[in-house]
Amino acid sequence: MARFQASKYILMKNVITVKGVTKIYNPDTIPVHALRGVDLQIGEGEFTALVGPSGSGKTTLLNIIGGLDDASDGSVIINEQDIAKLSDSQTIEFRKQNIGFVFQAYNLIPVLTAKENVEFVMLLQGASQSDRDARVKELMSAVGLSDHLDRRPSQLSGGQQQRVAVARALASKPMFVLADEPTANLDSKSTADLLDIMAKLNKEENITFLFSTHDQRVIDRARRVVNLDDGAVISDKTIE
Amino acid sequence: MVFKIAWRNIGRNKRRTAITAASIFFAVLFSVASESLNRGVFDGMIDSTVSFYVGYIQVLKKGYWEDRTLEESFEMDEKLTSVLNNVDGVDDVVPRLESFALASFGKITKSALVIGIDPQKEDALTGLAGRLIKGGTYLQKDDKEVMITSGLAEKLNISVNDTIILISQGYHGVNAANRYRVKGLISFGSPELNSKLIYLPLSAAQDFYGAENLITSLVLDVKDKNTSDLALQSLEKSIDYQTYDIIDWKDMMPEIIKMKEIKESSNKIVMFVLYLIIAFGVFGVILMMTKERKFEFGVLLSIGMSRVKLAFTIWLETVFLGFVGAIFGLVISYGLMYYLSVNPIVVTGDMAETYAKFGIEPLLPASVDLDIFITQALNVFVLTTLLAIYPCLAIWKMKAVDAMRA
Repeated sequence: MARFQASKYILMKNVITVKGVTKIYNPDTIPVHALRGVDLQIGEGEFTALVGPSGSGKTTLLNIIGGLDDASDGSVIINEQDIAKLSDSQTIEFRKQNIGFVFQAYNLIPVLTAKENVEFVMLLQGASQSDRDARVKELMSAVGLSDHLDRRPSQLSGGQQQRVAVARALASKPMFVLADEPTANLDSKSTADLLDIMAKLNKEENITFLFSTHDQRVIDRARRVVNLDDGAVISDKTIE
Repeated sequence: MVFKIAWRNIGRNKRRTAITAASIFFAVLFSVASESLNRGVFDGMIDSTVSFYVGYIQVLKKGYWEDRTLEESFEMDEKLTSVLNNVDGVDDVVPRLESFALASFGKITKSALVIGIDPQKEDALTGLAGRLIKGGTYLQKDDKEVMITSGLAEKLNISVNDTIILISQGYHGVNAANRYRVKGLISFGSPELNSKLIYLPLSAAQDFYGAENLITSLVLDVKDKNTSDLALQSLEKSIDYQTYDIIDWKDMMPEIIKMKEIKESSNKIVMFVLYLIIAFGVFGVILMMTKERKFEFGVLLSIGMSRVKLAFTIWLETVFLGFVGAIFGLVISYGLMYYLSVNPIVVTGDMAETYAKFGIEPLLPASVDLDIFITQALNVFVLTTLLAIYPCLAIWKMKAVDAMRA
């Protein structure tokens, strides 16, 4: 079994490589070790859940992988690029081109419609109107909201907002999507719908997803579960 | 999209928008009110003083302003008056012959300033007939009588129908002496003017000084100081500067100009303090907005919006608000100041007495000069756009993850 898994990893291209990442908050006053030498590799097309109790370091690890926070030590290599070596503006540009984010609180731009929210990152990328329209149509259809294009976030339910957030995360055709507790504010049905959508996109379009979650419903759908505790990886299971 | 987000954000939090726009609106209103009332009061003071006596523009023989003697008088020339009457903004040309004399009644003798006037024209220019007190009547062109100011009458202990004796040196040094019946007493608010003026019809004054057909000044009757500036420009083309001097109200009343400059300087300090208060008010709102939206800024940075674009969006949003507030402030303050220019605030009590003492109407009129409104609205707008740099700086230094943690 172990040999089979090893060969699978060799065949799969690594999208994210985390090497010995340590994060210490307040190093000069009262140091808090959020991550302690985490090693992790995420291959293309994986559907991985990062689990663990509150304070285990899930969100910190996602933030460091997403270039939102700096590691105190170690490195994060995304598609052969060590993101710590990028300047601030290069990091922002790198995120825009390569990483999709889904947040716990949806975080859509309240003054834009669902359609405009989805095309926003593409606009930042400089995509043409026709490309944007086609991609928005495709994604909104994929998340089942084709008839909600002109609604603002305040006119959508929490589940619908999170589906728009998933569509936004995918609009730029990122290498992978980081989702921080994406179902934390959703009811059972919305959670199930969202997971269906993400699983479908993962399966059909080979999109890589990395979640942080407490939610057993998400963990049950993941194909790999990485367990963190006290800033360290304590288990890493691939579910067949 | 940046413009769309900025514009739509204005309508997003109506209370915040209302507070910001209202801060800017009141900033424009207060700064305009301060400047407009200040200028209005001074314009009123200048208008009063000018209309009492000196007029906005005088044409004099070259050298008269320095010496003020009859030797520097000039002939009342039809050609000259015709040229002056044709200058844009000049309604009429009012002749005067001015010199000093000793005025005597009984055993009392006082020095006085004798002014020979065309009574009708002078009344049209300065409203002299309206200054009559104690039952006398106004001068007519061919009268051989005088009107004297109440202050001088008091000093001489003279009243209407008494005879006053004037003694002086006339044109080319001739002896000038005559006696005149006092036809009326007039009163000026200014104590200085009220203590020394004697008015004679122009022909009587010319007879008295032996200065036949001579005058010392031609006062141009223009509507206001703005018209006076235009008339001055036209005069430059039509007057022989080798023979005549053109003196405007600024040259004739340097003390008022000085007072105005001092007041403007002190007003600048007031305006500075006002702007400081305004700046803190607007800055408070911007600061609140920046704090409130820190999380949102963090999200936008994390999904790949560049700091420059995000900062520009937020700056633009504040500029939109500044613009809307400034326009509202401009329109409303113009309406209000226009009302106060037509219906000035009436000063009462001791202040009113002080105004009256200096011959100024006890009113606080507002000025509706457009430059005040445009300048103040622009100042507040520029101040707002400068203050809008704060959220830009905050965004520049912001770490997305910290912002989203806030």
